[in-house]
Amino acid sequence: MNLYVILKRTFDTEEKISISNGAISHDSAEYIINPYDEYAIEEAITLRDAHGGEVTVVTVGTEESEKELRTALAMGADKAVLIDTEELESTDQFTTSAVLAEFFKDKEYDLILGGNVAIDNGSGQVGPRLAELLGIPQVTTITKIEVNGTDVFIERDVEGDVEKIETSLPLLVTAQQGLNEPRYSSLPGIMKAKKKPLETLEIDDLDIDEEDVAAKTKTVEVFMPPKKEAGKILSGEVNDQVKELVSLLRSEAKVI
Amino acid sequence: MSKKVLVLGEVRDGELRNVSFEAIAAAKEISSGGEVVAVLCGEGLNEAGKALIHFGADRVVLAEHSLLSTYSTDGYVQALLQVIDQEKPDGLVLGHTALGKDLSPRLAARLKSGLISDVTSLEQAGENVVFTRPIYSGKAFEKKVITDGLVFVTIRPNNIPPLEIDESRSGDVAALAVDVKDLRTVVKDVVRKASTGVDLSEAKIIVAGGRGVKSEDGFKPLQELADVLGAAVGASRGACDADYCDYSLQIGQTGKVVTPDLYIACGISGAIQHLAGMSNSKVIVAINKDPEASIFSVADYGIVGDLFEVVPLLTEEFKNVLVKS
Repeated sequence: MNLYVILKRTFDTEEKISISNGAISHDSAEYIINPYDEYAIEEAITLRDAHGGEVTVVTVGTEESEKELRTALAMGADKAVLIDTEELESTDQFTTSAVLAEFFKDKEYDLILGGNVAIDNGSGQVGPRLAELLGIPQVTTITKIEVNGTDVFIERDVEGDVEKIETSLPLLVTAQQGLNEPRYSSLPGIMKAKKKPLETLEIDDLDIDEEDVAAKTKTVEVFMPPKKEAGKILSGEVNDQVKELVSLLRSEAKVI
Repeated sequence: MSKKVLVLGEVRDGELRNVSFEAIAAAKEISSGGEVVAVLCGEGLNEAGKALIHFGADRVVLAEHSLLSTYSTDGYVQALLQVIDQEKPDGLVLGHTALGKDLSPRLAARLKSGLISDVTSLEQAGENVVFTRPIYSGKAFEKKVITDGLVFVTIRPNNIPPLEIDESRSGDVAALAVDVKDLRTVVKDVVRKASTGVDLSEAKIIVAGGRGVKSEDGFKPLQELADVLGAAVGASRGACDADYCDYSLQIGQTGKVVTPDLYIACGISGAIQHLAGMSNSKVIVAINKDPEASIFSVADYGIVGDLFEVVPLLTEEFKNVLVKS
Protein backbone atom coordinates (compact mmCIF):
# COMPACT_ATOMS: atom_id res chain seq x y z
CA MET A 1 0.00 0.00 0.00
CA ASN A 2 1.11 3.53 -0.73
CA LEU A 3 0.30 5.42 2.43
CA TYR A 4 0.66 9.16 2.87
CA VAL A 5 0.19 11.16 6.05
CA ILE A 6 -0.36 14.92 5.98
CA LEU A 7 0.85 16.45 9.23
CA LYS A 8 1.23 19.85 10.85
CA ARG A 9 3.67 21.25 13.35
CA THR A 10 1.77 22.91 16.22
CA PHE A 11 2.33 24.52 19.60
CA ASP A 12 2.67 22.04 22.45
CA THR A 13 -0.67 21.65 24.26
CA GLU A 14 1.11 22.74 27.47
CA GLU A 15 1.88 26.17 26.01
CA LYS A 16 0.27 29.28 27.38
CA ILE A 17 -0.65 31.67 24.59
CA SER A 18 0.33 35.33 24.54
CA ILE A 19 0.08 38.09 21.98
CA SER A 20 2.77 40.53 20.89
CA ASN A 21 2.52 43.04 18.04
CA GLY A 22 -0.97 41.88 17.17
CA ALA A 23 -0.04 38.25 16.60
CA ILE A 24 0.40 35.07 18.63
CA SER A 25 3.86 35.16 20.18
CA HIS A 26 6.08 32.34 18.93
CA ASP A 27 9.05 33.13 21.17
CA SER A 28 10.40 30.15 23.06
CA ALA A 29 7.32 28.05 22.33
CA GLU A 30 7.72 24.28 22.29
CA TYR A 31 6.39 22.53 19.21
CA ILE A 32 4.98 19.07 18.61
CA ILE A 33 3.30 17.09 15.85
CA ASN A 34 -0.40 18.01 15.99
CA PRO A 35 -1.78 15.27 18.33
CA TYR A 36 -4.50 14.20 15.87
CA ASP A 37 -1.86 13.80 13.14
CA GLU A 38 0.07 11.48 15.47
CA TYR A 39 -2.88 9.08 15.41
CA ALA A 40 -2.75 9.22 11.61
CA ILE A 41 0.98 8.40 11.58
CA GLU A 42 0.52 5.50 14.00
CA GLU A 43 -2.34 4.06 11.92
CA ALA A 44 -0.35 4.37 8.69
CA ILE A 45 2.60 2.51 10.21
CA THR A 46 0.31 -0.24 11.53
CA LEU A 47 -1.37 -0.64 8.12
CA ARG A 48 1.99 -0.77 6.36
CA ASP A 49 3.25 -3.44 8.75
CA ALA A 50 0.12 -5.51 8.06
CA HIS A 51 -0.15 -4.99 4.29
CA GLY A 52 3.32 -3.98 3.16
CA GLY A 53 4.15 -0.80 1.28
CA GLU A 54 5.50 2.55 2.33
CA VAL A 55 4.55 5.48 4.57
CA THR A 56 5.41 8.99 3.40
CA VAL A 57 4.80 11.93 5.73
CA VAL A 58 4.16 15.33 4.13
CA THR A 59 3.93 18.76 5.66
CA VAL A 60 3.34 22.25 4.35
CA GLY A 61 5.30 24.75 6.41
CA THR A 62 8.73 26.20 6.93
CA GLU A 63 12.10 24.56 7.46
CA GLU A 64 11.44 24.41 11.22
CA SER A 65 8.95 21.61 10.47
CA GLU A 66 11.87 19.31 9.64
CA LYS A 67 12.06 18.44 13.33
CA GLU A 68 8.48 17.10 13.38
CA LEU A 69 9.09 15.18 10.13
CA ARG A 70 12.16 13.55 11.71
CA THR A 71 10.02 12.59 14.70
CA ALA A 72 7.52 10.91 12.34
CA LEU A 73 10.40 9.09 10.63
CA ALA A 74 11.66 7.98 14.05
CA MET A 75 8.20 6.58 14.84
CA GLY A 76 8.54 4.42 11.72
CA ALA A 77 7.53 6.39 8.61
CA ASP A 78 9.74 5.65 5.59
CA LYS A 79 10.06 8.98 3.81
CA ALA A 80 9.32 12.63 4.48
CA VAL A 81 8.52 15.63 2.30
CA LEU A 82 8.60 19.26 3.40
CA ILE A 83 6.84 21.71 1.13
CA ASP A 84 8.30 25.06 2.12
CA THR A 85 5.77 27.87 1.69
CA GLU A 86 7.74 30.54 3.53
CA GLU A 87 7.76 32.74 0.42
CA LEU A 88 3.97 32.78 0.03
CA GLU A 89 2.54 36.06 1.25
CA SER A 90 -1.00 35.15 2.19
CA THR A 91 -1.96 31.63 3.15
CA ASP A 92 -5.04 29.94 4.55
CA GLN A 93 -6.63 26.49 4.25
CA PHE A 94 -7.46 27.19 0.60
CA THR A 95 -3.74 27.72 -0.02
CA THR A 96 -2.51 24.70 1.93
CA SER A 97 -4.92 22.29 0.26
CA ALA A 98 -4.17 23.69 -3.21
CA VAL A 99 -0.42 23.23 -2.62
CA LEU A 100 -0.95 19.68 -1.36
CA ALA A 101 -3.19 18.83 -4.32
CA GLU A 102 -0.45 19.97 -6.66
CA PHE A 103 2.04 17.75 -4.83
CA PHE A 104 -0.26 14.71 -4.96
CA LYS A 105 -1.21 15.24 -8.61
CA ASP A 106 1.38 12.83 -10.02
CA LYS A 107 1.70 10.54 -6.97
CA GLU A 108 0.25 7.07 -6.64
CA TYR A 109 -1.58 6.85 -3.34
CA ASP A 110 -3.95 4.29 -1.89
CA LEU A 111 -4.68 5.97 1.41
CA ILE A 112 -4.03 9.50 2.67
CA LEU A 113 -4.37 10.03 6.42
CA GLY A 114 -4.44 13.20 8.50
CA GLY A 115 -5.73 14.49 11.81
CA ASN A 116 -9.36 15.64 11.88
CA VAL A 117 -8.34 19.06 13.18
CA ALA A 118 -5.17 20.91 14.20
CA ILE A 119 -5.13 22.18 17.75
CA ASP A 120 -3.76 25.61 16.81
CA ASN A 121 -6.01 26.99 14.09
CA GLY A 122 -8.77 24.46 14.67
CA SER A 123 -10.46 24.75 11.29
CA GLY A 124 -10.35 21.07 10.23
CA GLN A 125 -10.51 22.03 6.56
CA VAL A 126 -7.39 20.78 4.81
CA GLY A 127 -8.23 17.03 4.79
CA PRO A 128 -11.70 17.25 3.18
CA ARG A 129 -10.56 20.05 0.85
CA LEU A 130 -7.69 17.88 -0.39
CA ALA A 131 -9.96 14.87 -0.91
CA GLU A 132 -12.25 17.00 -3.07
CA LEU A 133 -9.36 18.46 -5.09
CA LEU A 134 -8.05 14.93 -5.73
CA GLY A 135 -11.53 13.61 -6.53
CA ILE A 136 -11.37 10.81 -3.96
CA PRO A 137 -13.87 9.98 -1.18
CA GLN A 138 -13.26 11.01 2.43
CA VAL A 139 -14.23 9.69 5.84
CA THR A 140 -13.60 12.09 8.74
CA THR A 141 -13.14 11.52 12.50
CA ILE A 142 -12.41 7.79 12.19
CA THR A 143 -11.86 5.59 15.24
CA LYS A 144 -11.22 2.28 13.45
CA ILE A 145 -10.11 1.21 9.97
CA GLU A 146 -9.69 -2.20 8.31
CA VAL A 147 -8.41 -2.65 4.78
CA ASN A 148 -9.09 -5.80 2.77
CA GLY A 149 -7.79 -5.54 -0.81
CA THR A 150 -9.39 -2.31 -1.98
CA ASP A 151 -12.38 -2.66 0.40
CA VAL A 152 -12.28 -0.49 3.49
CA PHE A 153 -14.35 -0.83 6.67
CA ILE A 154 -14.41 2.18 8.95
CA GLU A 155 -15.93 3.26 12.22
CA ARG A 156 -16.26 7.00 12.72
CA ASP A 157 -17.26 9.12 15.68
CA VAL A 158 -20.31 11.30 15.05
CA GLU A 159 -20.87 13.33 18.19
CA GLY A 160 -20.71 10.21 20.35
CA ASP A 161 -22.53 7.84 17.98
CA VAL A 162 -20.52 5.32 15.96
CA GLU A 163 -21.15 5.14 12.21
CA LYS A 164 -20.01 1.95 10.46
CA ILE A 165 -19.00 2.71 6.91
CA GLU A 166 -18.02 0.72 3.85
CA THR A 167 -15.95 2.34 1.14
CA SER A 168 -12.93 1.63 -1.03
CA LEU A 169 -9.44 2.82 -1.94
CA PRO A 170 -8.17 5.33 -2.94
CA LEU A 171 -9.42 7.25 0.05
CA LEU A 172 -8.64 10.08 2.47
CA VAL A 173 -9.40 9.67 6.17
CA THR A 174 -8.99 11.97 9.17
CA ALA A 175 -8.19 10.58 12.61
CA GLN A 176 -10.19 11.05 15.79
CA GLN A 177 -9.01 10.34 19.30
CA GLY A 178 -9.50 6.67 20.16
CA LEU A 179 -8.16 5.41 16.83
CA ASN A 180 -4.99 4.09 18.46
CA GLU A 181 -2.27 4.82 20.99
CA PRO A 182 0.64 6.50 19.15
CA ARG A 183 4.02 4.92 19.85
CA TYR A 184 6.99 6.79 21.24
CA SER A 185 10.02 6.79 19.00
CA SER A 186 12.72 4.41 20.22
CA LEU A 187 16.42 5.27 20.32
CA PRO A 188 17.20 2.96 17.37
CA GLY A 189 14.24 4.56 15.61
CA ILE A 190 15.70 8.02 16.16
CA MET A 191 19.12 6.86 14.87
CA LYS A 192 17.56 5.31 11.77
CA ALA A 193 15.44 8.41 11.12
CA LYS A 194 18.57 10.48 10.56
CA LYS A 195 19.36 8.39 7.48
CA LYS A 196 15.85 8.27 6.04
CA PRO A 197 15.10 10.50 3.02
CA LEU A 198 13.68 13.96 3.73
CA GLU A 199 12.94 15.92 0.58
CA THR A 200 12.33 19.67 0.60
CA LEU A 201 10.25 21.25 -2.14
CA GLU A 202 9.88 24.97 -2.77
CA ILE A 203 6.79 26.50 -4.35
CA ASP A 204 8.83 26.88 -7.57
CA ASP A 205 9.36 23.10 -7.67
CA LEU A 206 5.61 22.61 -7.94
CA ASP A 207 3.55 23.77 -10.86
CA ILE A 208 1.94 26.58 -8.87
CA ASP A 209 1.13 30.15 -9.76
CA GLU A 210 1.21 32.14 -6.54
CA GLU A 211 -1.95 34.03 -7.47
CA ASP A 212 -3.91 30.82 -7.91
CA VAL A 213 -3.29 29.74 -4.33
CA ALA A 214 -3.65 33.16 -2.64
CA ALA A 215 -5.71 33.05 0.54
CA LYS A 216 -9.46 33.75 0.38
CA THR A 217 -9.64 34.84 4.01
CA LYS A 218 -7.69 37.25 6.17
CA THR A 219 -7.12 37.58 9.91
CA VAL A 220 -7.68 41.19 10.94
CA GLU A 221 -7.20 40.89 14.69
CA VAL A 222 -6.02 38.42 17.31
CA PHE A 223 -6.99 38.87 20.95
CA MET A 224 -7.07 37.12 24.31
CA PRO A 225 -10.36 36.17 25.98
CA PRO A 226 -11.29 38.53 28.82
CA LYS A 227 -9.68 37.49 32.10
CA LYS A 228 -12.12 36.00 34.56
CA GLU A 229 -12.60 37.70 37.88
CA ALA A 230 -11.79 35.57 40.90
CA GLY A 231 -14.70 33.31 41.74
CA LYS A 232 -16.50 32.79 45.01
CA ILE A 233 -15.28 29.89 47.13
CA LEU A 234 -18.13 28.91 49.41
CA SER A 235 -17.62 28.06 53.07
CA GLY A 236 -19.48 26.60 56.01
CA GLU A 237 -21.24 23.24 56.45
CA VAL A 238 -21.43 21.19 53.26
CA ASN A 239 -25.24 21.21 53.39
CA ASP A 240 -25.30 24.98 53.59
CA GLN A 241 -22.72 25.37 50.81
CA VAL A 242 -24.85 23.25 48.51
CA LYS A 243 -27.99 25.29 49.32
CA GLU A 244 -26.08 28.55 48.79
CA LEU A 245 -24.67 27.33 45.47
CA VAL A 246 -28.08 26.36 44.11
CA SER A 247 -29.50 29.68 45.23
CA LEU A 248 -26.61 31.63 43.61
CA LEU A 249 -26.98 29.74 40.33
CA ARG A 250 -30.66 30.66 40.28
CA SER A 251 -30.67 34.23 41.56
CA GLU A 252 -27.22 35.63 40.76
CA ALA A 253 -25.93 33.66 37.75
CA LYS A 254 -29.47 32.94 36.50
CA VAL A 255 -28.47 29.78 34.64
CA ILE A 256 -30.97 27.40 36.24
CA MET B 1 -24.82 45.72 0.14
CA SER B 2 -27.63 43.26 0.64
CA LYS B 3 -26.83 39.62 -0.05
CA LYS B 4 -28.61 36.36 -0.64
CA VAL B 5 -27.47 33.85 1.98
CA LEU B 6 -28.17 30.09 2.03
CA VAL B 7 -28.43 28.16 5.30
CA LEU B 8 -28.28 24.38 5.49
CA GLY B 9 -30.77 23.20 8.12
CA GLU B 10 -29.85 20.05 9.98
CA VAL B 11 -32.33 17.43 11.14
CA ARG B 12 -31.25 14.88 13.72
CA ASP B 13 -33.55 12.07 14.92
CA GLY B 14 -36.46 13.78 13.19
CA GLU B 15 -35.90 17.13 14.93
CA LEU B 16 -34.35 20.34 13.63
CA ARG B 17 -31.21 21.12 15.60
CA ASN B 18 -31.03 24.44 17.46
CA VAL B 19 -27.88 25.33 15.55
CA SER B 20 -30.02 25.63 12.40
CA PHE B 21 -32.04 28.46 13.99
CA GLU B 22 -28.79 30.07 15.12
CA ALA B 23 -27.46 29.77 11.56
CA ILE B 24 -30.52 31.64 10.26
CA ALA B 25 -29.78 34.49 12.69
CA ALA B 26 -26.17 34.58 11.46
CA ALA B 27 -27.32 34.50 7.82
CA LYS B 28 -29.75 37.36 8.49
CA GLU B 29 -26.85 39.48 9.78
CA ILE B 30 -24.64 38.58 6.79
CA SER B 31 -27.48 39.23 4.32
CA SER B 32 -27.74 42.82 5.52
CA GLY B 33 -31.35 43.18 4.49
CA GLY B 34 -31.11 40.68 1.63
CA GLU B 35 -32.72 37.25 1.45
CA VAL B 36 -32.16 34.21 3.70
CA VAL B 37 -32.94 30.90 1.99
CA ALA B 38 -32.87 27.76 4.13
CA VAL B 39 -32.15 24.35 2.58
CA LEU B 40 -33.14 20.95 3.94
CA CYS B 41 -32.02 17.63 2.46
CA GLY B 42 -34.05 14.44 2.67
CA GLU B 43 -37.73 13.56 2.46
CA GLY B 44 -40.90 14.55 4.31
CA LEU B 45 -39.44 17.80 5.59
CA ASN B 46 -42.34 20.17 4.93
CA GLU B 47 -43.07 20.82 8.63
CA ALA B 48 -39.40 21.35 9.42
CA GLY B 49 -39.32 23.79 6.52
CA LYS B 50 -42.14 25.83 8.02
CA ALA B 51 -40.31 25.94 11.36
CA LEU B 52 -37.29 27.47 9.62
CA ILE B 53 -39.59 30.19 8.24
CA HIS B 54 -40.91 30.84 11.78
CA PHE B 55 -37.33 31.33 12.93
CA GLY B 56 -36.55 33.91 10.26
CA ALA B 57 -35.86 32.23 6.91
CA ASP B 58 -37.53 34.06 4.00
CA ARG B 59 -37.84 30.96 1.87
CA VAL B 60 -37.07 27.24 2.08
CA VAL B 61 -35.81 24.82 -0.56
CA LEU B 62 -36.36 21.12 0.13
CA ALA B 63 -33.74 19.11 -1.75
CA GLU B 64 -35.56 15.81 -2.03
CA HIS B 65 -34.10 12.39 -2.71
CA SER B 66 -34.41 9.09 -0.85
CA LEU B 67 -30.60 8.81 -0.63
CA LEU B 68 -30.48 12.08 1.38
CA SER B 69 -32.34 10.70 4.42
CA THR B 70 -28.97 9.59 5.79
CA TYR B 71 -26.02 11.96 5.58
CA SER B 72 -23.25 11.08 3.16
CA THR B 73 -20.52 13.41 1.98
CA ASP B 74 -21.07 12.68 -1.70
CA GLY B 75 -24.88 12.85 -1.51
CA TYR B 76 -24.96 16.18 0.29
CA VAL B 77 -22.25 17.73 -1.91
CA GLN B 78 -24.23 16.76 -5.01
CA ALA B 79 -27.53 18.04 -3.60
CA LEU B 80 -26.12 21.35 -2.38
CA LEU B 81 -24.31 22.03 -5.64
CA GLN B 82 -27.64 21.74 -7.42
CA VAL B 83 -29.33 24.11 -4.97
CA ILE B 84 -26.41 26.55 -5.21
CA ASP B 85 -26.59 26.38 -8.99
CA GLN B 86 -30.27 27.32 -8.83
CA GLU B 87 -29.99 30.03 -6.14
CA LYS B 88 -26.55 31.54 -6.87
CA PRO B 89 -26.07 32.79 -3.29
CA ASP B 90 -23.51 35.33 -2.04
CA GLY B 91 -23.18 33.58 1.31
CA LEU B 92 -23.51 30.13 2.89
CA VAL B 93 -23.90 29.23 6.58
CA LEU B 94 -23.72 25.76 8.17
CA GLY B 95 -23.51 24.59 11.76
CA HIS B 96 -20.05 23.58 12.98
CA THR B 97 -21.41 20.11 13.75
CA ALA B 98 -20.14 16.66 12.71
CA LEU B 99 -22.08 17.13 9.45
CA GLY B 100 -20.93 20.72 8.88
CA LYS B 101 -17.30 19.88 9.60
CA ASP B 102 -17.34 17.01 7.11
CA LEU B 103 -19.28 18.77 4.38
CA SER B 104 -18.28 22.43 4.31
CA PRO B 105 -14.54 22.16 3.56
CA ARG B 106 -15.30 19.76 0.73
CA LEU B 107 -17.94 22.10 -0.64
CA ALA B 108 -15.58 25.07 -0.27
CA ALA B 109 -12.92 23.25 -2.29
CA ARG B 110 -15.46 22.50 -5.03
CA LEU B 111 -16.65 26.11 -5.10
CA LYS B 112 -13.03 27.37 -4.95
CA SER B 113 -14.04 29.54 -2.02
CA GLY B 114 -12.71 30.52 1.37
CA LEU B 115 -14.32 29.17 4.52
CA ILE B 116 -14.24 30.51 8.07
CA SER B 117 -14.95 27.63 10.45
CA ASP B 118 -16.27 27.56 14.00
CA VAL B 119 -17.51 31.14 14.22
CA THR B 120 -18.75 32.26 17.66
CA SER B 121 -19.87 35.81 16.79
CA LEU B 122 -20.12 38.19 13.86
CA GLU B 123 -20.53 41.92 13.27
CA GLN B 124 -20.87 44.36 10.39
CA ALA B 125 -17.82 46.54 9.78
CA GLY B 126 -18.36 48.79 6.77
CA GLU B 127 -18.74 46.67 3.65
CA ASN B 128 -17.42 43.59 5.40
CA VAL B 129 -18.77 41.17 7.94
CA VAL B 130 -16.14 40.34 10.55
CA PHE B 131 -16.24 36.86 12.09
CA THR B 132 -14.80 35.96 15.49
CA ARG B 133 -13.58 32.43 16.14
CA PRO B 134 -11.51 30.70 18.83
CA ILE B 135 -7.97 29.59 18.08
CA TYR B 136 -5.67 27.40 20.19
CA SER B 137 -8.84 25.73 21.50
CA GLY B 138 -10.13 28.95 23.01
CA LYS B 139 -6.85 30.13 24.57
CA ALA B 140 -7.14 33.08 22.12
CA PHE B 141 -9.55 34.45 19.50
CA GLU B 142 -9.16 35.85 16.00
CA LYS B 143 -11.29 38.09 13.83
CA LYS B 144 -11.44 37.12 10.17
CA VAL B 145 -12.94 38.38 6.95
CA ILE B 146 -13.53 36.70 3.61
CA THR B 147 -11.45 38.62 1.06
CA ASP B 148 -12.64 36.96 -2.12
CA GLY B 149 -15.89 35.38 -3.28
CA LEU B 150 -18.55 33.50 -1.35
CA VAL B 151 -19.05 34.42 2.34
CA PHE B 152 -18.91 30.85 3.64
CA VAL B 153 -18.89 30.13 7.37
CA THR B 154 -19.73 27.43 9.90
CA ILE B 155 -21.03 28.57 13.29
CA ARG B 156 -20.36 26.94 16.64
CA PRO B 157 -23.57 25.70 18.29
CA ASN B 158 -24.84 27.57 21.33
CA ASN B 159 -23.10 30.91 20.70
CA ILE B 160 -25.16 33.02 18.30
CA PRO B 161 -28.66 33.69 19.68
CA PRO B 162 -31.49 32.58 17.38
CA LEU B 163 -34.17 35.10 16.38
CA GLU B 164 -37.49 35.16 18.26
CA ILE B 165 -39.87 32.54 16.91
CA ASP B 166 -42.80 34.09 15.05
CA GLU B 167 -45.41 31.53 14.01
CA SER B 168 -47.29 34.08 11.95
CA ARG B 169 -44.37 34.41 9.54
CA SER B 170 -44.98 32.79 6.19
CA GLY B 171 -42.77 32.02 3.24
CA ASP B 172 -42.46 29.74 0.28
CA VAL B 173 -41.43 26.12 1.00
CA ALA B 174 -40.61 24.59 -2.38
CA ALA B 175 -39.40 21.11 -3.22
CA LEU B 176 -36.50 20.67 -5.62
CA ALA B 177 -36.00 17.16 -7.00
CA VAL B 178 -32.24 16.67 -6.98
CA ASP B 179 -30.18 14.03 -8.72
CA VAL B 180 -28.05 11.97 -6.33
CA LYS B 181 -25.99 8.97 -7.39
CA ASP B 182 -22.78 6.95 -7.06
CA LEU B 183 -22.26 7.37 -3.33
CA ARG B 184 -18.73 6.18 -2.60
CA THR B 185 -19.16 5.82 1.17
CA VAL B 186 -22.08 3.81 2.53
CA VAL B 187 -23.29 3.94 6.13
CA LYS B 188 -24.06 0.33 7.09
CA ASP B 189 -25.03 0.88 10.70
CA VAL B 190 -25.15 3.51 13.43
CA VAL B 191 -24.51 2.53 17.04
CA ARG B 192 -25.95 5.10 19.44
CA LYS B 193 -23.51 5.57 22.22
CA ALA B 194 -24.34 8.85 23.92
CA SER B 195 -25.53 7.97 27.42
CA THR B 196 -28.26 10.60 27.38
CA GLY B 197 -30.08 12.34 24.56
CA VAL B 198 -28.17 15.55 25.27
CA ASP B 199 -25.26 16.22 22.94
CA LEU B 200 -22.13 17.71 24.53
CA SER B 201 -21.56 20.38 21.89
CA GLU B 202 -25.12 21.72 22.13
CA ALA B 203 -25.76 21.14 25.85
CA LYS B 204 -26.82 24.16 27.93
CA ILE B 205 -25.51 22.46 31.07
CA ILE B 206 -22.60 20.02 31.39
CA VAL B 207 -21.63 17.94 34.42
CA ALA B 208 -18.04 16.77 33.96
CA GLY B 209 -15.90 14.34 35.92
CA GLY B 210 -12.15 13.95 36.24
CA ARG B 211 -9.73 11.57 37.93
CA GLY B 212 -11.43 12.36 41.24
CA VAL B 213 -14.39 10.29 40.05
CA LYS B 214 -12.13 7.27 40.65
CA SER B 215 -14.01 4.61 38.63
CA GLU B 216 -16.65 3.96 35.99
CA ASP B 217 -19.20 3.63 38.83
CA GLY B 218 -18.05 6.98 40.15
CA PHE B 219 -19.77 8.66 37.17
CA LYS B 220 -23.20 7.49 38.46
CA PRO B 221 -23.79 10.39 40.88
CA LEU B 222 -22.74 12.78 38.07
CA GLN B 223 -25.21 11.16 35.70
CA GLU B 224 -27.97 11.49 38.32
CA LEU B 225 -27.23 15.20 38.69
CA ALA B 226 -27.18 15.56 34.90
CA ASP B 227 -30.56 13.82 34.62
CA VAL B 228 -32.15 16.25 37.08
CA LEU B 229 -30.74 19.24 35.17
CA GLY B 230 -31.28 17.90 31.66
CA ALA B 231 -27.52 18.16 31.26
CA ALA B 232 -24.91 16.25 29.28
CA VAL B 233 -22.08 14.37 31.00
CA GLY B 234 -18.49 15.11 30.00
CA ALA B 235 -15.05 14.15 31.25
CA SER B 236 -11.43 15.24 31.47
CA ARG B 237 -8.67 13.43 29.64
CA GLY B 238 -7.55 11.97 32.97
CA ALA B 239 -10.88 10.20 33.43
CA CYS B 240 -10.83 8.91 29.83
CA ASP B 241 -7.21 7.71 30.02
CA ALA B 242 -8.05 5.86 33.24
CA ASP B 243 -10.92 4.09 31.38
CA TYR B 244 -13.63 5.52 33.63
CA CYS B 245 -15.55 6.61 30.52
CA ASP B 246 -15.47 6.74 26.75
CA TYR B 247 -13.21 9.13 24.81
CA SER B 248 -16.28 10.59 23.10
CA LEU B 249 -16.98 12.38 26.40
CA GLN B 250 -13.58 14.08 26.56
CA ILE B 251 -13.52 17.86 26.87
CA GLY B 252 -10.28 19.73 26.28
CA GLN B 253 -7.68 20.73 23.74
CA THR B 254 -7.74 17.21 22.33
CA GLY B 255 -11.41 16.38 22.61
CA LYS B 256 -14.43 18.65 22.52
CA VAL B 257 -14.40 22.38 23.10
CA VAL B 258 -17.63 23.39 24.83
CA THR B 259 -19.32 26.64 25.84
CA PRO B 260 -22.43 25.77 27.87
CA ASP B 261 -24.33 28.21 30.11
CA LEU B 262 -23.28 26.16 33.14
CA TYR B 263 -20.30 23.83 33.55
CA ILE B 264 -20.05 21.80 36.74
CA ALA B 265 -16.53 20.34 37.11
CA CYS B 266 -16.37 17.47 39.61
CA GLY B 267 -13.02 16.10 40.72
CA ILE B 268 -11.21 17.83 37.83
CA SER B 269 -7.88 19.41 38.71
CA GLY B 270 -7.88 21.75 35.71
CA ALA B 271 -4.89 20.97 33.48
CA ILE B 272 -4.29 23.74 30.92
CA GLN B 273 -5.50 21.43 28.14
CA HIS B 274 -8.81 20.88 29.94
CA LEU B 275 -9.25 24.58 30.70
CA ALA B 276 -8.80 25.33 27.00
CA GLY B 277 -11.83 23.16 26.28
CA MET B 278 -14.25 24.67 28.81
CA SER B 279 -13.08 27.98 30.24
CA ASN B 280 -15.28 30.01 27.89
CA SER B 281 -18.39 28.48 29.48
CA LYS B 282 -20.67 31.21 30.80
CA VAL B 283 -20.75 30.02 34.44
CA ILE B 284 -18.35 27.49 35.93
CA VAL B 285 -18.79 25.58 39.18
CA ALA B 286 -15.85 23.61 40.57
CA ILE B 287 -16.09 20.86 43.16
CA ASN B 288 -12.71 19.54 44.28
CA LYS B 289 -11.06 18.25 47.43
CA ASP B 290 -7.87 20.19 46.72
CA PRO B 291 -8.29 23.93 47.40
CA GLU B 292 -5.16 24.59 45.31
CA ALA B 293 -6.57 22.88 42.18
CA SER B 294 -6.23 25.20 39.18
CA ILE B 295 -9.86 24.57 38.18
CA PHE B 296 -10.76 27.09 40.92
CA SER B 297 -8.90 29.82 38.99
CA VAL B 298 -11.56 29.75 36.25
CA ALA B 299 -14.54 28.91 38.49
CA ASP B 300 -17.27 31.42 39.30
CA TYR B 301 -18.31 29.32 42.29
CA GLY B 302 -16.27 26.74 44.11
CA ILE B 303 -16.92 24.14 46.76
CA VAL B 304 -13.88 22.57 48.39
CA GLY B 305 -15.01 19.09 49.27
CA ASP B 306 -15.46 15.45 48.35
CA LEU B 307 -17.51 15.16 45.17
CA PHE B 308 -19.09 11.92 46.43
CA GLU B 309 -20.54 13.91 49.33
CA VAL B 310 -21.31 17.17 47.49
CA VAL B 311 -22.76 15.93 44.19
CA PRO B 312 -25.59 13.79 45.69
CA LEU B 313 -26.54 16.68 48.00
CA LEU B 314 -26.57 19.00 45.00
CA THR B 315 -28.82 16.58 43.10
CA GLU B 316 -31.29 16.51 46.03
CA GLU B 317 -31.26 20.29 46.40
CA PHE B 318 -31.89 20.84 42.68
CA LYS B 319 -34.72 18.27 42.81
CA ASN B 320 -36.30 20.21 45.68
CA VAL B 321 -36.09 23.67 44.12
CA LEU B 322 -36.92 22.59 40.58
CA VAL B 323 -40.07 20.76 41.71
CA LYS B 324 -41.19 23.85 43.64
CA SER B 325 -40.70 26.23 40.72
